[in-house]
Amino acid sequence: MPAQPVGNAESPSAATRPAAIELRGIDKSFGAVHANKNVSLTIAKSSIHGIIGENGAGKSTLMSILYGFYTADAGEILINGKPVKIHGSHDAIAAGIGMVHQHFMLVEPFTVLENVMLGAEDGVLLRGGAGKARAELERLARDYGLNVDPDAHISDLPVGEQQRVEILKALFRHCDILILDEPTGVLTPQETDQLFQILRALNARGVTIVLITHKLREILAITDTVSVMRQGEMVATLPTKQATREHLAELMVGRKVRLELDKTKATPGEVRLSVRNLTVVDAKGVKRVDDVGFDLRAGEILGIAGVSGNGQSELLEALSGIRPLSSGGITLCDLEVSPDAPYGPAVVREYGLAHVPEDRLRLGVVTAFPAWESVVLGYHDDEEYNGRILMDRDAMTNACGKLMERFDVRPRDPELRCGNFSGGNQQKLILAREIARQPKVLVVGQPTRGVDIGAIEFIHRQLLALRDAGCAILLVSVELDEVMSLSDRILVMFQGRIVGEVDGDEADERTLGLMMANAHAQADEAA
Amino acid sequence: MSAASQAALPRWVDIGLMPIVNLIQALLVAGLVVLIIGVNPIDAMRIMAWGAVYDSVAISYTLYYATDFVFTGLAVAVAFHAGLFNIGGEGQAYVAGLGATLAILLLDAYLPGILLIPLGLMAAMVFGAGWAFIPAYLQAYRGSHIVITTIMFNFIAASLMVYIGSDLLRPPGDMLPSSREFGDAAHLPHVHELAALLGLKMPSTPLNLSILWAAACCVFVWIFIWRTRWGYAIRAVGLSPKAAVYAGISPQRVILIAMCLSGALAAGVALNQIIGYHHRLLLDFVAGAGFTGIAVALMGRNHPIGIVLSAVLFGALYQGGAELAFEIPTITRDMIVAMQGLVILFSGALAYMNRPWIARVYAMFNRRAILAEAT
Repeated sequence: MPAQPVGNAESPSAATRPAAIELRGIDKSFGAVHANKNVSLTIAKSSIHGIIGENGAGKSTLMSILYGFYTADAGEILINGKPVKIHGSHDAIAAGIGMVHQHFMLVEPFTVLENVMLGAEDGVLLRGGAGKARAELERLARDYGLNVDPDAHISDLPVGEQQRVEILKALFRHCDILILDEPTGVLTPQETDQLFQILRALNARGVTIVLITHKLREILAITDTVSVMRQGEMVATLPTKQATREHLAELMVGRKVRLELDKTKATPGEVRLSVRNLTVVDAKGVKRVDDVGFDLRAGEILGIAGVSGNGQSELLEALSGIRPLSSGGITLCDLEVSPDAPYGPAVVREYGLAHVPEDRLRLGVVTAFPAWESVVLGYHDDEEYNGRILMDRDAMTNACGKLMERFDVRPRDPELRCGNFSGGNQQKLILAREIARQPKVLVVGQPTRGVDIGAIEFIHRQLLALRDAGCAILLVSVELDEVMSLSDRILVMFQGRIVGEVDGDEADERTLGLMMANAHAQADEAA
Repeated sequence: MSAASQAALPRWVDIGLMPIVNLIQALLVAGLVVLIIGVNPIDAMRIMAWGAVYDSVAISYTLYYATDFVFTGLAVAVAFHAGLFNIGGEGQAYVAGLGATLAILLLDAYLPGILLIPLGLMAAMVFGAGWAFIPAYLQAYRGSHIVITTIMFNFIAASLMVYIGSDLLRPPGDMLPSSREFGDAAHLPHVHELAALLGLKMPSTPLNLSILWAAACCVFVWIFIWRTRWGYAIRAVGLSPKAAVYAGISPQRVILIAMCLSGALAAGVALNQIIGYHHRLLLDFVAGAGFTGIAVALMGRNHPIGIVLSAVLFGALYQGGAELAFEIPTITRDMIVAMQGLVILFSGALAYMNRPWIARVYAMFNRRAILAEAT
């Protein structure tokens, strides 16, 4: 357990002081979707309060209501004991609420100082305000250990520091309640630790912190109190000390979950995918994948770990034929690919490579298509689905129905638009489509991003079963736990290069974390 | 999370109710304008509505105009399904007229109508598709924005046709910048002529057999877009270009196919106007039908059935508007154009303006219905 911060929720004064935030009976619907059902929540002053729940449980909606992005259909908001009406983020800021969004809201070409001042310029001319802002930034850096160069451009900063700028923005506006929405998604384990230190320092000075996450570990590591949401309802609020991983997972899902996978030892066969000196340069001329090479064998899962944005996406796109190679080569079964021998997704598919893309909504399905149309995406030219001129609707609908049955996609309605399925069910649909042809090689990006725990369990088991059936699987994920629990071998990517390889059984979070930040190489350079 | 304005509404609200609400809104504002110039808006609306349908002449004219709008509406819709906003229907139809004219001028002395007219139509389609191909190629392989290039190609088409009409095709001694009149073989039968063959007496109007070609195009577009793999590819690119690439579909090819098809559909205007009515190449024979097609497609939700309905509505506005200008002299032709503009504004540009409150009202009733069911 971490050291208890000052101003713990259970301290005697907490009972008498008004709560920092009190939500009473918040209700919000989007059309037929009931996102928040009569949610009540009390967040004690100067506490670190975690809100946990699966994707779509209503956490983000609740916080968006608190920050004024949405207006609740019913219910009351009390800040420091006083009822407030929040119609926009300006009301929230005036009430002392700051928010760090999952996707940063920063102007990339601007400097840190300019970003912090944006919307709080203090006059028409920037000069006076800039001086004051600079002084204030120095004070904040001193008080909280939030060190960022005020004149650095955002685009030059690593993600961890960009996040600090977001926190600085909130503090600059004198917030005493700070909401963080999934703040660790883009951080290495070490950066996460640094973030938590900052949060503890803020908390020690009386800032109330609300942490929204789907990661059980983080809740247990830093919060005083945890609230669990499920399907729009607040199902439990309990002191973190009394919570365990298993108990929280059960509350989130509503049934018992097995968090561990039974994985047998891999029996790798022949090389199915061989990558040599692969380099990919993007449209801006930036080298995204830099001299990468590896072999992927039948019957093994090769995991690629790394902080998001270190070339994994481009590697996936190159392997699946979406992005052209700049140099190097790929051998996929009998297909030789090089910059001079062009290929595309259709060709790659013919040679037995299936691809479950990272960006499910933009690549994996056409959200406006009904399920039966998305379930043939990429295979729409197959004889099975085509007559001489017209496409065979019945064949597609039947195939969709069967896949839905086999992969337990709910609701089992081939006519439903893809966008209306939950993330987990969309992913099952894509996985079903890609696995159905018994591919020789499967490349998977972020298989469980935004997927509920129940579906994660299912998807992981499917991947293992596919491996045991002899498929060669390349798994790219920013969830370290996922990479560690599924992979037989793990490669770590940093700035487009492979900086380390670890055996699946020997991998631990610390070693991988250090590799992900490329600390080894930097230490070598320093020596 | 979707905001309330994007909430799912049942199809009858989206496709049926909303266009009607938009239309009523447009007519209310048009009524205000009419009121300002001192005409009783109810009288004006009555004359206009009646003028479009009061007898078989009026109905024939309404349908004759509607035929053009079906062609240009379909043209816009096919491109739209590929995610392309084809503003160039006007120019494509115009150049298509040149194709039809050249084919007929060359061959009308030798071929019977049954061969000549299909050849003329084919030439029109090739020219229309060709005129759409250039912006399509520039978009697909050079990244020029199709909206800009198709607009510019309308102007290029206009200048080109003035040059060809006045300098190349004008018969010597003729004052009009137009081609010579086609031979009799090139006359597409009028509906009243066919009716006369069947012993029915119909007044003579420009309504001709192009209307059957328009119907065929509607069926073809419906099958092509929703039942073939080319249509599948077009819709995939239009809805989600990245997913299409992932699926191995080439967006460049789809852009070329969709735009060429679009231009070929717009060529129907040449059939209706040049082969069906004027029997010679006339300057500016498209008369804005290409632009009206944009509103028709938007209002018809890019679906052939919707396009037919909204094309008939716009046909009625044209015909009824002409009657109105004739009956009430204070309402000039320009006023009619303004009224048509209002319909385009409300049902095209502001098509979704009413959606949020309709969605709210619907959600209110819906919740009440659910509650009532529960108790």
